[in-house]
Amino acid sequence: MTQRITIDPITRLEGHGKIEIFLDPDGNVANTYFQVPQLRGFEQFCVGRQVEEVPLLTNRICGVCPEAHHMAGAKAADAVYHVDPPSTAKKLRELLYSAFYVTDHTTHFYALAGPDFVMGPDAPVAERNILGVIHKVGLEIGGQVIQCRKNGHTVIEMIGGRKVHPCTSIPGGLTKGITEEQRQEIEKMGRWAIGFAQFSLKLFNDIVLGNKAYLDLILGDIYTHKTYYIGMVDENNKINFYDGKVSVVSPDGERIGKYGPGDYSEWIEEHVEPWTYLKFPYLKKVGWKGFVDGKDSGVYCATPLSRVNAADGMATPLAQEEYEKFFATLGGKPVHQRLATHWARLIELLYAAERWVELATDPEITSPKFHTIPTEKPTEGVGIVEAPRGTLTHHYWTDERGVTTKVNLIVGTTNNYAPISMSINKAASSLIKKGTVVSEGLLNMVEMAFRAYDPCLSCATHSLPGKMPLEVTIHDADGNPLEVLKQFVE
Amino acid sequence: MSGNGKPKFAMYWADSCGGCEIAVLNIHEKILDVDANFEVVFWPVAMDAKYKDVEAMEDGSILLTLFNGAIHSEEHEHVARLLRRKSKILVAFGSCACEGCMPALINLSSKKDFFDTAFSTLTTDNPDNIRPQTSVQVPEGVITLPEMYSVVRTLDQVVPVEYYMPGCPPESHQIAAVIDLVIQVLQGKAQLPPAGAVIGAGNSTVCDDCPRTRDEKKIKYFTRIQMIDPDPKTCLLEQGILCSGLATRNGCDAKCPQAGSPCIGCYGPAEGVMDYGARLMTAVASVIDSNDPEEIEAILDGIPDPAGQLYRFNMAGSLLRASKAAFQSNGGSGE
Repeated sequence: MTQRITIDPITRLEGHGKIEIFLDPDGNVANTYFQVPQLRGFEQFCVGRQVEEVPLLTNRICGVCPEAHHMAGAKAADAVYHVDPPSTAKKLRELLYSAFYVTDHTTHFYALAGPDFVMGPDAPVAERNILGVIHKVGLEIGGQVIQCRKNGHTVIEMIGGRKVHPCTSIPGGLTKGITEEQRQEIEKMGRWAIGFAQFSLKLFNDIVLGNKAYLDLILGDIYTHKTYYIGMVDENNKINFYDGKVSVVSPDGERIGKYGPGDYSEWIEEHVEPWTYLKFPYLKKVGWKGFVDGKDSGVYCATPLSRVNAADGMATPLAQEEYEKFFATLGGKPVHQRLATHWARLIELLYAAERWVELATDPEITSPKFHTIPTEKPTEGVGIVEAPRGTLTHHYWTDERGVTTKVNLIVGTTNNYAPISMSINKAASSLIKKGTVVSEGLLNMVEMAFRAYDPCLSCATHSLPGKMPLEVTIHDADGNPLEVLKQFVE
Repeated sequence: MSGNGKPKFAMYWADSCGGCEIAVLNIHEKILDVDANFEVVFWPVAMDAKYKDVEAMEDGSILLTLFNGAIHSEEHEHVARLLRRKSKILVAFGSCACEGCMPALINLSSKKDFFDTAFSTLTTDNPDNIRPQTSVQVPEGVITLPEMYSVVRTLDQVVPVEYYMPGCPPESHQIAAVIDLVIQVLQGKAQLPPAGAVIGAGNSTVCDDCPRTRDEKKIKYFTRIQMIDPDPKTCLLEQGILCSGLATRNGCDAKCPQAGSPCIGCYGPAEGVMDYGARLMTAVASVIDSNDPEEIEAILDGIPDPAGQLYRFNMAGSLLRASKAAFQSNGGSGE
């Protein structure tokens, strides 16, 4: 008897994401489909627009990470005008971006992923949330997380003009700079952020690494996939979120190349399936071989884990120490265990905080030279940044007036669509076996499979990252539902 | 969450980016006031959502629902109707729900163009020209996708609403003020505004809150923000930058112009304005320093994308609403 399981994360009524699991006659998993049932059409309606508008339009792809879209868009628009912004402008953008990273990674760790580890994956649902974390590790943590978000948004507003959907990056730089008074405030908040990041790593160390059961979970096979990894690096092959080249490493850890923004289309291609609105990016040079891992499959991953795998290290000293510890503990490079992404994210949190202070104390940062007026004819340009959830590519073509004629976007989470699908498949296959009773635990274990990627479904499917409400329906050979398990009740 | 006699609160996103939710989270400790004064019964971002529980509630039993996001699919429409039935006070929260916001610019395209573009980009390898289908036979069975509408609609084009709270997203201090007001109403210390009112915003224009100096100066040309380094104290429009402040409702403290960036109109039409783009065009016309039709045309050439500039946030809420091609290709209901 063939059975069918539907995991409808935000249900048909929300149109955000849906998983179908088909079982073979023996009751084992035959196949899984992770569907994205929404298409918003940004590549269509961003055409015909004045190109300086597109970084504002694409902000609205995602209210969680508009900073990433604003930066990728601004860099693409710089390239369209062949203008190199003054170094103060680039540093201010990166400063804003570092503060954003601190805020974003903090939110993910404490509110979204942390509960699984701090409380334990088997903890009662009522405790497996941010409040549970606060109760366990102390009330002051909640206050610090709020403080961290407040600080981050203060910096974003100082440089970006607004707390949500920044508006100051334009072709050639920025519309504003910062004063010495603001710089001092930003520096102070950055120093606080370093301490907070160190505390967060210590917490992870004590609670997760100090617990053999968790370590076994991380190192176990359920959450492991041997794929290619990509991530942006600076000229020393250290991780950079704002600028550089994208490093590509194989499942063996060998760097097979680095590409600059202008060459992205030689490296990345997207596969279309008729059963989902989202495309599946893969490495063009390797090719699309379906939902399989290994060296012959072009499936790649673009996450904090990918970035640490694709780089040679961190550009700041404290983060570098943690980077070395990470690979020493997990057995060298590359690390394929997806749950280690949470640890990699905290290392990035520390790097972002250190970079925040570096930039805030840069003597150029308060310079009034924050914009270069473009002088060349606009044509075509690509901008790439590392969004927290993956490499983000914006490509704009314009006419001679700087009005867009074509737009191509490869968005953070979209990079990971194939690996997320594979992780769900593997988790489901490992947990659903002949005769196994599907339980709430399955829901959370499958959830954990994709929570590691921090899928920013605002970008990919436009829902918020975090707890994916799940619904599992088991169907018999004729498609009749046998059993329904719900975390998110329709 | 058990019933505790407190009035019920709900918040929902439809076709949205999540920025409205972030803006609510950015009220920081005020969230605790919401918790103290309301029973939060439905808020997908913050808690396990229970549609079934909402459906089981008596009609009108939720006191306050903040609804963000536009209506772009049958699912959005279904939840809009459900929450309308269950809510005493339904607020169109944020630009998408109020007026469609930027995603409603898709209303200028047919569904075919919209899909063709997405599945034929430079990096898309699609030799068989595949388009996602609402029902697909895979080897193991049939799987389905919901149909997308090609016309994005505002919330009040689907169900009646009590209040409108504009902004992309609404500013957090405005959200905090509205929450304070509702709590005062609950305590009998204040009155609700009349139904149909715009809340969490001013009754004037962004220009009235903007510290830049306006001299009623006329202009001979339009330029673009990247092409000049504008004077930081002078009105951007008078420097030839198309700033939307004249047509836009205030409430944001003129944040963008203060940051050197023109107002892009996210707080929607100012009080009494029926069509935002028409109002902005009138404002633009009023600063043009010419009576010669040819010269005026040449000056307007400085605005190469009038549709995007004038209806950036307001396409769904405009008199035009959508192109004929979009209406004709609209799946499902819509109109």
